[in-house]
Amino acid sequence: MIRNYDKLIFELSKEGREGYSLPRKQFDGCCMCKGLPENLRRESTPELPEVTEFDVVRHYTNLSNKNFGVDTGFYPLGSCTMKYNPRINEEMAAHPAFTQLHPEAPAECTQGALEVYYNLAASLAEVSGLSAFTLNPYAGAHGELTGLMIMRQYHIQRGDLKRTKVIVPDSAHGTNPASAAVCGLQIVEVKSTANGTVDVEDLKPLLDDTIAGIMMTNPNTLGIFETEIPEISRLVHECGGLLYYDGANLNAVLGKCRPGDMGFDIMHINLHKTFSTPHGGGGPGDGPVGVREGLEHLLPNPQVKKDAEGKFYLDTDETSSGYVSNFLGNFGVIMRAYTYILTLGRENVKMVGPLAVLNANYVKEALKGEYYLPIEGVCKHEFVFDGLADKSTGVTTLDIAKRLLDYGYHAPTIYFPLLFHQSIMIEPTETESKETLDEFIAVMKKVAQEAIENPEVVKSAPHSTPVRRLDETTAARFPKTTYRQMKG
Amino acid sequence: MKYFPHTQQDIEQMLQAAGLKSMDDLYGEIPEQLLFNREFDLPEAMSEVEIRKFFESLGGKNRQLVCFAGAGVEDHYSPSIIAPIISRGEFLTAYTPYQPEISQGTLQYIFEYQSMICELTGMDVTNASMYDGTTATAEAMMMTVAAAKKRNKVLVSATMNPKVKKVVETYALYNGIVVETIAEKEGVTDLAELDAKLQGGDVAGVILAQPNFYGIVEDYTGVAEKCHANKALLVMNANPSALAVLKTPAEWGADIACGDGQSLGIPMNYGGPYVGYLACTNALVRKLPGRIVGSTTDVDGKRAFVLTLQAREQHIRREKANSNICSNQSLMALYVTIYMSLMGHKGLKEVNKLSYAGAHYLAEQLVATGKCTLAFDKPFLNEFAVKTTVCTKKIQAALLEKGILGGVRIADDMLLLCVTEQRTKEEIDLLVETVKNL
Repeated sequence: MIRNYDKLIFELSKEGREGYSLPRKQFDGCCMCKGLPENLRRESTPELPEVTEFDVVRHYTNLSNKNFGVDTGFYPLGSCTMKYNPRINEEMAAHPAFTQLHPEAPAECTQGALEVYYNLAASLAEVSGLSAFTLNPYAGAHGELTGLMIMRQYHIQRGDLKRTKVIVPDSAHGTNPASAAVCGLQIVEVKSTANGTVDVEDLKPLLDDTIAGIMMTNPNTLGIFETEIPEISRLVHECGGLLYYDGANLNAVLGKCRPGDMGFDIMHINLHKTFSTPHGGGGPGDGPVGVREGLEHLLPNPQVKKDAEGKFYLDTDETSSGYVSNFLGNFGVIMRAYTYILTLGRENVKMVGPLAVLNANYVKEALKGEYYLPIEGVCKHEFVFDGLADKSTGVTTLDIAKRLLDYGYHAPTIYFPLLFHQSIMIEPTETESKETLDEFIAVMKKVAQEAIENPEVVKSAPHSTPVRRLDETTAARFPKTTYRQMKG
Repeated sequence: MKYFPHTQQDIEQMLQAAGLKSMDDLYGEIPEQLLFNREFDLPEAMSEVEIRKFFESLGGKNRQLVCFAGAGVEDHYSPSIIAPIISRGEFLTAYTPYQPEISQGTLQYIFEYQSMICELTGMDVTNASMYDGTTATAEAMMMTVAAAKKRNKVLVSATMNPKVKKVVETYALYNGIVVETIAEKEGVTDLAELDAKLQGGDVAGVILAQPNFYGIVEDYTGVAEKCHANKALLVMNANPSALAVLKTPAEWGADIACGDGQSLGIPMNYGGPYVGYLACTNALVRKLPGRIVGSTTDVDGKRAFVLTLQAREQHIRREKANSNICSNQSLMALYVTIYMSLMGHKGLKEVNKLSYAGAHYLAEQLVATGKCTLAFDKPFLNEFAVKTTVCTKKIQAALLEKGILGGVRIADDMLLLCVTEQRTKEEIDLLVETVKNL
């Protein structure tokens, strides 16, 4: 019955009910009713629900039961690194000695918080092989934008104003070109080779004095390591451009190789991927940006620094790339990531990449008979199938994804990357056990079998979820995005 | 703690199944010079016992203060039940609702969030939330330019919170947008100057604040008409909590409303996570960045919710998208949704009344000390600026000794103070007494 719960919070509302607990009035004669001029006051009453605290608890608990998280089950969503989110991280982030700090509090009263920021930035620099990090950007896409601002500012400060183009591989995530465009850069696409890596021969003629840099992930969105990266780095640097590393796939190489050592100048890290801060249904994340030596001053303001006596302070650099956030980023997320690094410690951080890669290869090899693997060889943390091996069934990647929901799994990422028509992108992460992977492999094989023997059951999936396939066309044609619009 | 389930036997079996001999084979294709071959310069693993002690000790280096600072971040009451609900793993550890059949929890609370934000702002439509108020305002600016097509100038009032203004200016710099400041006159936007600048016929958008940086509730009568007459869009950065009592951006005639949801019960968290909101009129919905949730039905006719109008977004439009926004600040949107559900319109109004009463009491008492005067003779809610006869550095230092965060320093003789429903008469009296004794 619980999963059939279908009320909106507004539908529980009854005039006169209260769910709040506020202090009593303390000041006579300071009444808003008299002091605030009539023409500045709201004319209408906002239709917010009138419900009790208990109503609210039951309502949102019931809603949570219609959701699937990493805590619920296996979540092999490619390129999202859905690993286990330890609860100790939550407990530390909720520590009142940190949550009650106002950003305007003087640095002498926030030394502990600044130390967390400083130490996490230093830890990220160590594992990525770069010189310095800002933790101010709020998310991966925000980190990309910040990193590209740094790239542009680098050229601007050198008086090299012609460099307004950025090279993006055709396999890149959509945020790469979108971030570049928001940053005022034109996008030049470089082609992939048959095995999915950047085509160096296609790259060479693109490199001239209008190129600000190149954006890459390594391993790329197909989970393939770009072994030509030393050559790409040499070519791009020789033409005067910078290399940007999209840290979306950092989990694959954590502990084995570092973007700084590959020749990258600027990168972002998704703390909510590699450093296990919860995805929160879409956020908050945090997108720290790192730079190599010589570019530190370009990091956005404010910057956290340490003086000779070991005191932390906030600094603003006039030559920085600017301001991208309210203050020091999603500090609560920074607390979680720092806790994660400390609990893993140096002996375990280095195992993250190798075990994630082991899990991915184990699943890939087990399933490549039933599903079409377009690129053979050892993958990194994730890999891409191009639909079923048997193309005669008419069962699509979407159908397979929906059928997996019936079996209690979140679906992999589907229809991305765009290089294939039926992409199924699987990323198991290092926190899943062999038993979990074995069960998933068995179910994937079963679905492939069903596609042949009983395709209708796959094409009409899911059958056992709280709701079934949705009418997305009507939703977009006649959008109802609020309760008021829904009521009509 | 290592969070990895692999036994040595598992590793051996898995390597064998994958046709590999050793863990090194997993990285066999990588050029030798790229492999990292030393230990990380990081501490050794800590147990939970050690972690707790470690953060207890770090927390001891912070000082807990009685907060009279605002400037965009206010110390409001946060109801006890919010943290346990948003900590439920089904909400906390989910991602973007790509598979709506198993994400109705997330999708429905976003729909509720959108509904409530539209109720508070009076706007027709909002997205599923933004990172924070500063970036939401920058996105609003880009919307005005995208809507205007051939104009790239945006006006921002000098009474805007400087932190918002700096982010807006940064985005503008790289996006090729020209930002001009509308001067301030006696603490409010100089409407005559705004009028003059609009006459140029090249303005895409005008960005105003409500209440403004000084806490003043500005009178924007006639402003929207002037903007629209000159084909410019009006953006209002408004404190959503205050909108329970203040004339809404829609009632002022704004095209876009934006701001930070922190005032809706989110702890101060040393600057984040908060949640930005961005709402607009129906006419602008195609320019609105980010996720939007709509209602629909499933194949059995059951009511359900789904991400909609996705043709606007980066994963479809790539470099042609108006924004690079990929996700939202979902869990914090849930935070404020639960807050708004609990408070209802009466509770939110009460929060404003209590904060108003405290702020006005503090203002009266400070003026009575003879050391302060109100910087501006303008209506305010819960935040106000005072001119001081004593240097504000000295005032803040004296207050710090008493454990009080004495507002935000605007100048050597101007201080910005904020009062919420959490401040008691004793705390206010201690602040006043300390200033009086200087």
